Amino acid sequence: MKILVCITHVPDTTSKIQFTADNTKFDSTGVQYIIGPYDDYALARAVELRDQASGKLTVLNVGEADSDPTLRKALAIGADEAIRVNSAPKDSYFVAQQIAHYAKEGAYDLILMGRESIDFNGGMVHGMVGELLGIPSFSPVMKLDVDGSTVKMAREIEGGKEMLEASLPLIAGCQEPIAEWKIPNMRGIMSARTKPLNVVEPVSQETQAEASKYELPPAKGAVKLVDKDNVAELVRLLKNEAKVL
Amino acid sequence: MSILVYIEQAEGKVKKTSLEAVSFANALAAQTGEGDVVAVALGTIGNEELAAVGKAGAAKVMHGAESKLDAGVIQAHASAVAQAYNLIGAKTLVLAKSSLGDAVAARLAIKLKAGLVSNVVELPKTDGGYVVKRSIYTGKAFAETSVTTENKILAIKKNAIDLKQDGADAQVETFDVALEDADFASKITSTERATGDVLLPEADIVVSGGRGLKGPENWGMVEEMAKILGAATACSKPVSDLEWRPHHEHVGQTGVKVAPTLYIAIGISGAIQHLAGVNSSKCIVVINKDPDAPFFKAADYGIVGDAFEVVPKLNEAFKAEL
Repeated sequence: MKILVCITHVPDTTSKIQFTADNTKFDSTGVQYIIGPYDDYALARAVELRDQASGKLTVLNVGEADSDPTLRKALAIGADEAIRVNSAPKDSYFVAQQIAHYAKEGAYDLILMGRESIDFNGGMVHGMVGELLGIPSFSPVMKLDVDGSTVKMAREIEGGKEMLEASLPLIAGCQEPIAEWKIPNMRGIMSARTKPLNVVEPVSQETQAEASKYELPPAKGAVKLVDKDNVAELVRLLKNEAKVL
Repeated sequence: MSILVYIEQAEGKVKKTSLEAVSFANALAAQTGEGDVVAVALGTIGNEELAAVGKAGAAKVMHGAESKLDAGVIQAHASAVAQAYNLIGAKTLVLAKSSLGDAVAARLAIKLKAGLVSNVVELPKTDGGYVVKRSIYTGKAFAETSVTTENKILAIKKNAIDLKQDGADAQVETFDVALEDADFASKITSTERATGDVLLPEADIVVSGGRGLKGPENWGMVEEMAKILGAATACSKPVSDLEWRPHHEHVGQTGVKVAPTLYIAIGISGAIQHLAGVNSSKCIVVINKDPDAPFFKAADYGIVGDAFEVVPKLNEAFKAEL
């Protein structure tokens, strides 16, 4: 089985979000970059499936050279090879076109990625790639088992989940608890240095909805504390001041 | 020309978030002069329920009534919505962000060659260009996005607009959806859904518990508060990791993102990853015995005190007042 896992290179979840250049660029000063947490779940499940089926696991990122350490980390976690499409990820459609092209070229049976990136939170790339390739797409997938060409999945829905059955090839946007995150061990880190990381050029420059300007939400006022022996006061405030009851 | 809205149902009832999408489209149509609002509904739903979509601002509902569409089979729904879109010659599709909505919208973006913006928080600026404001970095910032395509899809975030409730009943028409076997290549074999409760992503009030509650056996008072307030229950990540509560209740960076009017956090310290899931709430109340809990910095109102002491008293106070 050939598996492709698409990963994002995103600011750590504890990063302070700030912008520069008149609010047109993300300020990466002091920001630690990571594999997107949802992508990390997808990668962990892909490593397990690859080991079960003795297949091949490729990771792909659409990003500039600063993504390379993130791809090396994915190789250390267990991917066999990496592809970097050499361009900033301009919008969902731009990224989906690149993935669809290289996924088709590599004839993968299973394509996994996170349910969404944690920077732009669109959650749309997997569905777009599915439609571009004419294969089924599912998200957010919290369980995924492969038996021959049959795939059994659980997809989270509002207030519960649905169980699904489909056939390979397919694409899934993943989330917990599909697998436990894997931490690279020393052997993984050493072998990652010599695994192939191929840099390829984007196949299209077309975009549809690029972000042009950013802003931060207004600062929150100070908390109003209510004495624990006077809880009725809180109810009055919620009703008459905040008007949320 | 009309704006199309894809509305979702659960057990024959139109979702409230879908009605918000209708109201959003209604205001957008008034702004851009795109005619009226047509909603497309799929699967088995009563005519009265569909006509009531008019209250939120739809002039017409196109009903693809095939029972095969009761289940949210992603490809089949995408295909049906594309047919409705082309039938009425729409240029804009509006829908509520949801588990099914997102999956369907992404495929439609390709089918309709439409620029897609997700997590839309307010009406677009359409005077010279088409600029849409969306929430990014899990609610920690906003981006202005310029859409350059003729066809557009807007997936709106909860509370992007006030629900309109004074419209006239919509005219309901059935339309024949041409479905292919390929649309049903995947099968939903079963569904597990909490019934009768308020669904978390759609709730106006959310009562959430953390590890401070010490164990699943102590959730009775949380559930009681939710019942009094007509709220949904939620929890922090450690609580769902420990399996004290189901995963679909986990609110945070890697869980559900909520945007209720009121979020009440009990025994949750307020790690940055949890705040990412709740920072779009209008009003946040924090109950925690640690006065230094970081959550107080993100809260509107707070009580420093032991949950086991405060919550039962607060439940009585809510009961007395409501």
